[in-house]
Amino acid sequence: MGWTQAEQQELDAILKKYPADRKLSAVLPALYLAQREKNWLDDDDIEAVAAALDIPVTHVHSIIGFYTLFRKEPTGKYMVQVCTDLPCALRGAEGFYKRFCERMGLGPHGGTTEDGLFTVEEVVCLAACDKAPMCQINLEFFESLTDDKIDEIIASLREQALKG
Amino acid sequence: MGNELLEKYVLFRHRDVENIHQIDVYRANDGYKALEKALKEMQPDDVTNVVKASGLRGRGGAGFPAGVKWSFIPKNISPKYIVVNADESEPGTFKDREIMTFNPHQMIEGIILTAFAVGAAAAYVYGRGEFRTLFLGRLQAAVDEAYEKGYLGKNILGTNFSCDLYLHLGAGAYICGEETALLNSLEGLMGQPRSRPPFPAVEGLYAKPTVINNVETLTNVPPIVLNGSDWYRQYGTEKSPGTKIFSLSGRVNKPGNYELPLGVPIRYLIEECGGGIIDGKEVKGILPAGASSAIIGPDKLDTTMDYEAMAAAGTMLGSASFIILDETVDAVWAAEKNVKFFKHESCGKCSPCREGTFWLTGVYRKLREGRGSKEDVQLLETIIGQMEGNCFCLLGEFAVPGVRTSLNLFRSEYEALAVAEKETASQKSPVHTLF
Repeated sequence: MGWTQAEQQELDAILKKYPADRKLSAVLPALYLAQREKNWLDDDDIEAVAAALDIPVTHVHSIIGFYTLFRKEPTGKYMVQVCTDLPCALRGAEGFYKRFCERMGLGPHGGTTEDGLFTVEEVVCLAACDKAPMCQINLEFFESLTDDKIDEIIASLREQALKG
Repeated sequence: MGNELLEKYVLFRHRDVENIHQIDVYRANDGYKALEKALKEMQPDDVTNVVKASGLRGRGGAGFPAGVKWSFIPKNISPKYIVVNADESEPGTFKDREIMTFNPHQMIEGIILTAFAVGAAAAYVYGRGEFRTLFLGRLQAAVDEAYEKGYLGKNILGTNFSCDLYLHLGAGAYICGEETALLNSLEGLMGQPRSRPPFPAVEGLYAKPTVINNVETLTNVPPIVLNGSDWYRQYGTEKSPGTKIFSLSGRVNKPGNYELPLGVPIRYLIEECGGGIIDGKEVKGILPAGASSAIIGPDKLDTTMDYEAMAAAGTMLGSASFIILDETVDAVWAAEKNVKFFKHESCGKCSPCREGTFWLTGVYRKLREGRGSKEDVQLLETIIGQMEGNCFCLLGEFAVPGVRTSLNLFRSEYEALAVAEKETASQKSPVHTLF
């Protein structure tokens, strides 16, 4: 990819947070920046991060593999992550997730919708146990959900996406 | 204002004062007065000493006295760092997010006071990646305000003391709540724990002396510095002073965060705060410290919620994340849920955790699919026996107490699932029978 001018400026600002000889500390923020545009990382993105921080490409791959929020495969425009851990499950999150997947036309393990807009997955605790069922969509919290409420949210995102 | 047991909130001040996340509102309500007092009237050691005298204990789970931790920082080495653990990721925990969203300046003031106490010139708040919106939005705005008003940056309030504060996001890994794994992650490595010694107080971030405290712990610091240790000790018990945020979730009518003095009975949290159990059912089990808890039964409902009483009841207070199971809950299902969480989050560094959680999930699945025998129930005990005391870090050990106490308290449910005959020798390869 290479960084756009605006991205390069953001990257410079990020690097200022850490001691000059500790550029490696910026690997997570640099990966977030590289992933921002299309929601996943291709080989060029990964190489750009490695080059920006003077680190081997293999190290960047190990970081991507270790943390759950980076992806090397194309995903939907919206990542919908539903928590089904114990506290959420005690308030109906498993049934909520299963019904949601069905209505989205997906199997019980989620996946990406045919129009490529939504990738749905089950995740572990998101620190909102008192407001289950809940999910994050592109890392924004949506809490105290019902079937109707999530359908409305999805419909409005779909509308937004179609408008461009 | 406040609640029945607390005239005014100490930590959740946003519930008393509207818009306290804005610096002007915070300042109009005693905000940053503790910092002014410290910088103008106190020596750094005085700050450490008042926190020591208050008896404030770490709120992230370990309960280690905060002032004592600060006093381990060597004076003659620089730079020094403050690292704030905001990696709130264990099932059942959701208190730090509320503090940072609605009362961020009190945490920020606590961080600056801690930096002054130990002589640190830089602080990092490490938040879980899923807090991205909060960190880039509300929390960064609060940090910017603090810089504008001269509470951060060079020569704070015209003194010689300078301190910078940076926000740093993880990217989805429970293990980064373990303090040395957090340090590795902040340094740009995989978030795997380090061996101790050296302890972070001596060699922490970038191998320099580092104080690591939880968000809630640091949020206690401004009121302690402003009002003194005697004022703080009016709350709580002799050994567990102060107030604490109790996060209540599971089968109660009103789940949520409740700030209460330490030492209140569990029954009060469930019945008075939480409005009792859904549909008037009975309590079956309580996980007082999130998914890593030793489970206790309803016979312990009158146990008081402080560090000592919870330990005496065979469990721990931890971060006070109370997950409530009622009589409708399948105990084996609940235990399997948590075991799956620990398997998913194992960092892979040590085999007792990596392999142990793998085998536990396999045996649980086999039992719950009706393919298990009594030997499989025994096998669960064997596995946790091999994990306990052998994991590289505490987060590996965390998978053990839930399984052990679930087996002890709800044995008959496990045995009811153990329907299969004992395997014959020819079938005995565990790989084939498990998967």
